[in-house]
Amino acid sequence: MNELLQVENVSVRYGALEAVRGVSLVLAAGETLGLVGESGCGKSSLGRAVLALEPVAAGRVMFDGNSVTALKGAALKQFRRQAQMVFQDPFGSLNPRMSVGSAIEEVLFVHGIGASRTTRRDRAAELFRDVGLDENWLGRYPHEFSGGQRQRIGIARALALEPKLLVADEPVSALDVSVQADIIQLLKRIQRARGLAYLFIGHDLAVVREMSDRIAVMFKGEIVETGTSDQVCDNPQHSYTQKLLSAVPDIDKALA
Amino acid sequence: MHDMGCAITDKALLDVQSLSVHFGSVSDPVRAVDGVDFHIFPGEIVALVGESGSGKSISALSLARLIPEPAGRIVDGRIIFQGLEVLKLKSSELRKLRGARIAYIFQEPATSLNPVYTVGWQIGEAIRLHRKGVKVKAEVAKLLAAVGLPDPARAAGAYPHELSGGMQQRAMIAMALACNPDLLVADEPTTALDVTVQKQILDLLVELREKRGLSILLITHNLGIVANVADRVYVMNNGKIVESGETKTVLRTPQHEYTRKLLKAVPRLHKTA
Repeated sequence: MNELLQVENVSVRYGALEAVRGVSLVLAAGETLGLVGESGCGKSSLGRAVLALEPVAAGRVMFDGNSVTALKGAALKQFRRQAQMVFQDPFGSLNPRMSVGSAIEEVLFVHGIGASRTTRRDRAAELFRDVGLDENWLGRYPHEFSGGQRQRIGIARALALEPKLLVADEPVSALDVSVQADIIQLLKRIQRARGLAYLFIGHDLAVVREMSDRIAVMFKGEIVETGTSDQVCDNPQHSYTQKLLSAVPDIDKALA
Repeated sequence: MHDMGCAITDKALLDVQSLSVHFGSVSDPVRAVDGVDFHIFPGEIVALVGESGSGKSISALSLARLIPEPAGRIVDGRIIFQGLEVLKLKSSELRKLRGARIAYIFQEPATSLNPVYTVGWQIGEAIRLHRKGVKVKAEVAKLLAAVGLPDPARAAGAYPHELSGGMQQRAMIAMALACNPDLLVADEPTTALDVTVQKQILDLLVELREKRGLSILLITHNLGIVANVADRVYVMNNGKIVESGETKTVLRTPQHEYTRKLLKAVPRLHKTA
């Protein structure tokens, strides 16, 4: 058993709406599982449920062998250190009035990492270098950065607590294609260096394939197909996966 | 070179010559569009490709002089549309051009639609303004059917928020078609849509070209869309067109370094051998 994350028959409900319906998934340490589907399929709700950001109506989420579903207080805070999130729009998750360095130092402070301001500042500088940013920019504010740089900041902040799992919800969807490629390479490099596991949520199968070892296809709250990225993209079994694949404007097929 | 230009002007629906658009101060302007040439023949789908800030949207907005002034200024160049010198048109002539002959659709249909009027009323507005004497209600129903809305009568009576994103974009296309334009400028029309809905909208655009002979200027950053839909392509970077030609030629054998970089960055669905 080297599964880091086990999602067992998880349902998420919003009133009468069942956004996630009895979903089961496993994710091994250091692995990337792509979760692909269209708007409203429940992929983001599932991602939030994995991080205990959304209450689970049924089933359970196991992390490192322990259930996170009922975690509270100090135990929940401990879990948060190990499982972090990267969002589509990092600008929306950064405080516009706080320098990006302070935003990272705050995370460390809240979780009691780093004995002094100086050590926290050094750690923030190190994180900045890890994600390919100039540490001299730590004093700048979010609006002074481009979309790609802001996503690097979002990743740096998520890495600050040295998590074992990152849930990345459409992290490159809002970015230009060349910037997208840079961020994908960065995420892969970080994974190799730290042995992180990713739950990579997206709607673009080509991007999800680029990132993922395995892919789960979600449709109307359920997982309709799971397999290795090659299996799912080259030999899709479920009719919805086939529909999704045939809708992608495939550059190679058009030029063949 | 000069002869060539004349030949294009005669045959082209649209001929843009050394267009430059500046923003900010006069002494130190931001050259958003910096001496750009492109043209569209009747019935063609032409793609203008580039990343954010490349100047592709500003070039597109310039065609009907929709640049927000005085922040932005068309400082140089010619825009010849159906023989008309667009940059010399009076405001009354410009109003006839906008909407009636050059129509636009944008990325976010929800923000282009007025939330307090029904979809049918908004489509009808263009007909009432530009096509006197036409029976508005019947024409609206015809347009909504033409863009593939399954229940045109119901869609006409709906408010924008009652429609899905894909249906909203179809309604926007219906509105754009209301005055039988010759050119549709589609600025990232599917970027905000799911991939299956995106395919439906792109299929619709191609169908409109086939059935109505509509010319389309497609602004996009997605080279997969370009490869599947466009006859010719212009690649834009930093306000300049760096490469242009038949879509397949440009994408198979890119000559400019930036085009190659863009192609390399496209995530591939299937691993190439």
